[in-house]
Amino acid sequence: MPNDRSRSSSLATWTLAFAAGMGMGPWVWADDGPRAAQVPLLPSYKTECAACHVAYPPGMLPASSWQRLVTHLPNHFGTDASLDPAAAKELATWLGANAATGRRAVESPPDDRITRSAWFTRQHDEVPAATWKRASIKSASNCAACHTGADRGDFNEHTVRIPR
Amino acid sequence: MNHPLFLRSTLAALACAAGLAHAAFAASPADLLSAYGAQAGAAPQAARGQQFFNVTHGREWSCASCHGAVPVQAGRHAGTGKPIAAMAPAFNHERLTDAAKTEKWFRRNCNDVVGRECTAAEKADVLSWLLTLKP
Repeated sequence: MPNDRSRSSSLATWTLAFAAGMGMGPWVWADDGPRAAQVPLLPSYKTECAACHVAYPPGMLPASSWQRLVTHLPNHFGTDASLDPAAAKELATWLGANAATGRRAVESPPDDRITRSAWFTRQHDEVPAATWKRASIKSASNCAACHTGADRGDFNEHTVRIPR
Repeated sequence: MNHPLFLRSTLAALACAAGLAHAAFAASPADLLSAYGAQAGAAPQAARGQQFFNVTHGREWSCASCHGAVPVQAGRHAGTGKPIAAMAPAFNHERLTDAAKTEKWFRRNCNDVVGRECTAAEKADVLSWLLTLKP
């Protein structure tokens, strides 16, 4: 369907031109949203890490934080997430290569928690404390509770649905 | 802590016991059960497995905290809320078909729930109970 294709490609061109005009890469959200959100995920990152939690985009933490997390997998925020050395090494390499760049690369958040990053706090400052505590959300680390595209690395605020 | 030597020897024992030396880690739940049973040197008991699965062992979580009391449907990670597919093989055919994967998750989860690795007898009991769960 040539019409559809030309329409979507011209839309893409406009989007890129707009992003370039604003001095941003195409994946950057308007209010400094998660930058490297759309990196294709390493298969073992999905099977090993995303078995227990959202596949947090590697660009959400600086390389130094990822390095510490992978080194301490046997005690990973209170649980045993240990891996064999080969799998851990593969993940460490990939996480390091796709870690945060720019401002976010400079500072490791406390405890290497994404949810304690300055940008995370800033972007969620309109969410009341009581909302985080809802049974349907439980924890700020449960991205997918509200970010309906979290499993695809899509954290665009237009896809946010905050559950009751 | 990782125990690569222990793990490797356990897996080798499992693979041999189940006659799987040539089939990498592909296995059936029954193969894994008989391998753990042989390693334990005693007959697995499903009732004991159910009990083990559902009680806490001096820590915050039981197996059931994440998998549900009768794991025939999806559970939910007690910490993160992430859905966990059904554990009983009759309800999820991917379960307990890979010796290495099974060992990895027993190692991690027993450490969280019991504070140590589970014994072969405990694993055999739990597997034998899971295999009794049918649609």
